[in-house]
Amino acid sequence: MHLSTYLGLLHSAENSLAEAFGQVGRHHADEPDVEHLCQTLGEKAAGHVESLGPFLARYGEHREDEPDRLRAAEFSGTRSGGVGLLRDLQDLYALASFVDVTWTVVGQAAQGVPDADLLKTVQNCQTDTRTQLSWLQTRIKQAAPQALIVAK
Amino acid sequence: MDSADRVENVWGARTPHERGTAWPVRVDQELAVAEAEVDRWVQSACVLCSNGCACDIAVKDGRMVGVRGRAVDRINHGRLGPKGLYASWQWSDQDRLTQPLIRTAEGLRPASWDEAMDRIVEESKKRHPLQHGFYTSGQLFLEEYYTLGVIGKAGLGTPHMDGNTRLCTATAGASLKETFGSDGQPGSYEDIESCDALFLFGHNLAATQTVLWARVLDRVEGPDTPAIVVVDPRDTPTARMAERTGGVHLAPLPGTNLALMNGLIHELIEHGHVDEEYVARHTIGYDELVAAVAAYEPKQVAEICGVNAVDVQRAAEIFGTSERVLSTVLQGFYQSHQATAAACQVNNLHLLRGLIGKPGCGVLQMNGQPTAENTRECGADGDLPGFRNWANQHHIDELSTLWNVDPLKIPHWAPPTHAMQLWRYVEQGSIDFLWISATNPAVSLPELPRIRDILDRDGLFLVVQDGFLTETAEHADVVLPAALWGEKQGTFTNASRTVHLSDQAVDPPGEARSDLDIFLDYARRMDFRDKDGQPLIGWSTPEEAFEAWKECSRGRPCDYSGLTYDALRGGSGIPWPCTDDNPEGTDRLYPDSVFPTDSYVCEDFGHDLLTGGSTTPEQYKATEPAGRAFLKAATFQQPPEWISSGYPLIATTGRSPYHFHTRTKTGRSRKLRQAEPSVWVELSAADAADLGIAEGDRVRVESERGWMEGPARIGRVRPGVVFVPFHFGYWDSTDRGRTAANEFTLTEWDPVSKQPLYKVAAVRVRPSG
Repeated sequence: MHLSTYLGLLHSAENSLAEAFGQVGRHHADEPDVEHLCQTLGEKAAGHVESLGPFLARYGEHREDEPDRLRAAEFSGTRSGGVGLLRDLQDLYALASFVDVTWTVVGQAAQGVPDADLLKTVQNCQTDTRTQLSWLQTRIKQAAPQALIVAK
Repeated sequence: MDSADRVENVWGARTPHERGTAWPVRVDQELAVAEAEVDRWVQSACVLCSNGCACDIAVKDGRMVGVRGRAVDRINHGRLGPKGLYASWQWSDQDRLTQPLIRTAEGLRPASWDEAMDRIVEESKKRHPLQHGFYTSGQLFLEEYYTLGVIGKAGLGTPHMDGNTRLCTATAGASLKETFGSDGQPGSYEDIESCDALFLFGHNLAATQTVLWARVLDRVEGPDTPAIVVVDPRDTPTARMAERTGGVHLAPLPGTNLALMNGLIHELIEHGHVDEEYVARHTIGYDELVAAVAAYEPKQVAEICGVNAVDVQRAAEIFGTSERVLSTVLQGFYQSHQATAAACQVNNLHLLRGLIGKPGCGVLQMNGQPTAENTRECGADGDLPGFRNWANQHHIDELSTLWNVDPLKIPHWAPPTHAMQLWRYVEQGSIDFLWISATNPAVSLPELPRIRDILDRDGLFLVVQDGFLTETAEHADVVLPAALWGEKQGTFTNASRTVHLSDQAVDPPGEARSDLDIFLDYARRMDFRDKDGQPLIGWSTPEEAFEAWKECSRGRPCDYSGLTYDALRGGSGIPWPCTDDNPEGTDRLYPDSVFPTDSYVCEDFGHDLLTGGSTTPEQYKATEPAGRAFLKAATFQQPPEWISSGYPLIATTGRSPYHFHTRTKTGRSRKLRQAEPSVWVELSAADAADLGIAEGDRVRVESERGWMEGPARIGRVRPGVVFVPFHFGYWDSTDRGRTAANEFTLTEWDPVSKQPLYKVAAVRVRPSG
């Protein structure tokens, strides 16, 4: 059964996402909404890592280096300025999208097992992930014209 | 006629009456000359709070000499408050700007209008539309906001237009949009006459709208007193009335309103005070609401908020069992943490019981400023005109047809820029043309040390348009002298949708011009044109601008199409919507509980209340709202700033009944100046004792960002909390001491309404000797 592989993938991806939100929030502290909401949303990702605990115990955890590679590719640290903020938010978006679709995969497996507890966790966590994506998209759309056209 | 001194007796003589009967008339008047000497009376309404009390201005020898409440008007039934009586016109010949000023190396020097406007146009033409920002006010007239809105959206094409209404009324608009699909005040002031319970959420009504409080007092003194419930961390005259009427005063720690509201909803559900049939028929999201508040047991709420669990239960019981409940909400919620979510929970309380759209039952999401409602309607505040939805192409097309411009010209790729973001762009230099009209951000915005730096930024071209040389105007490159109230004509709409006409009583001083004339002059010089090469703006008088606005509002929730200047003269103000079929206007919205949530109608597709993430049009349509209201909720989060060992107290800012905003007018009234001459700092007795501070001692209040000083007043706030009024800036300061509360406030805002947080700053206090 490869569910353990995917739980491991999710575990590391949520960890990376939590860390990346924290990093972007701290780096862009001059944007108070970014600082504050990155912290709130990063805490949600960290909470997901905790709620995975019982299932990692139930199914085991097989860690691949996939999400770390993803992180290396998509989130290599923060940048500055208007365009820098835009790119950092875009990286978070890519990472959160990866988390989102990984929850979808795990949710499919949870139905196949079937495991009602896991399914409920998937639903709750994926709602949060969609909130993360929705905020990122909203903030990116707001920032883009100013950053690309007239930012100094 | 009530002639008592209204500094001592703020609310005037009582006129008690029974529930369900009309509020008696009491005409208030203040005259600087004998009544027989008055040449003429000119119709207007007061602009010193959001109540908008109708009045007539007395004129003698071409000067304003007095004011009298209009008995026929539905808003005030003849009354005026201390600000209206003593500061309506008394400033008119003091320190006025009478000619344009231009900055040179030596400072500001007088200039001609041509020179000043040419300079502005030259700077404007050098720049991309996105480098322009407009920061306006809650003090202009409807005609001026609409004209400015068209200039920004169809002339220049910049989304960077907002005003200090963001600081006062943004959450009112946002919470109405989230719950009901569109802005629009559901309730009516007349609900005071028939309610059985009155809930004041973060609303110190006795100080902020004194005439409305007089209306409440006349019920309190009458035979069937409504129970009053007050949510406020301070012990105020408003809060004391809660005890007297058998209600409750809840004094939650600043920043915890949402936990309290979730607790009230929880109790309502727990005790079966839910009209299930109404909820099923007229709302969406009940199950999610139940889940969201499940953890907010009274004990839990008591712990978070620092209140008694029994008080939470009692307040919920009053809400749940009173036949007719009226709620009002203001800055204690709007300027605090999780503002929109907390304000939405007030809407939810009413929806759960079906108490909306009926006499005595309603929600009043209030405003602070007199014309704030019009910025929201006309699109000068970061919304599109006529409560149109920036994410609805159909609405954009309506505007592009109305204005005869390419739809792409109208910036609608994202929500229009909110004020706090606009200032951030100025700070970063991507906006370097900033035009401020009729407001004073150098005193009113949070974190003033930062704001002063931004105003002085190299490369920023700053235009300030005002009646006085304010703290903000001192930083300007060009200062434009503006006509003020009584010196120009226009309409404005109060917090309960009632439209008043304010006629011109006297000429402006010197070369000062109305804000409308200034904006029209800019549009002419910029040569803004429509698709056919015709001038974009085809009007030149206030009445023509009003007629243009009527077309823009036609068919929208804020429909003005049945109003005319003539209809507004002689009688009472008229509440919108007002159409040809309904010329008397509309007392209260939603009598049939059909809400403007249909996706073709709604002003906004809504947000996640925790983060402000936008709901997409597809997600919105999938909920099939079809006229049902949204029961939205969020969980309580810790405020962004909280006490620490270095900053162990929470500071909150607020208002005095004697002053308005940064006192540009009320500070020039001798009576009001005497009533409240300078700033003060309120501390609880326990905190004062710990700090070794006695009544009247000079203290310093300091946050990580800045500090101010003032004498201590002891005993009106709850322990752990410091209160400082925000009115006291520097234009009349003699010793240049730091007196502005916003020296210490923080740059944070609500994720949905984007209203800044003035009510939760971690500070320390010490004697300053």
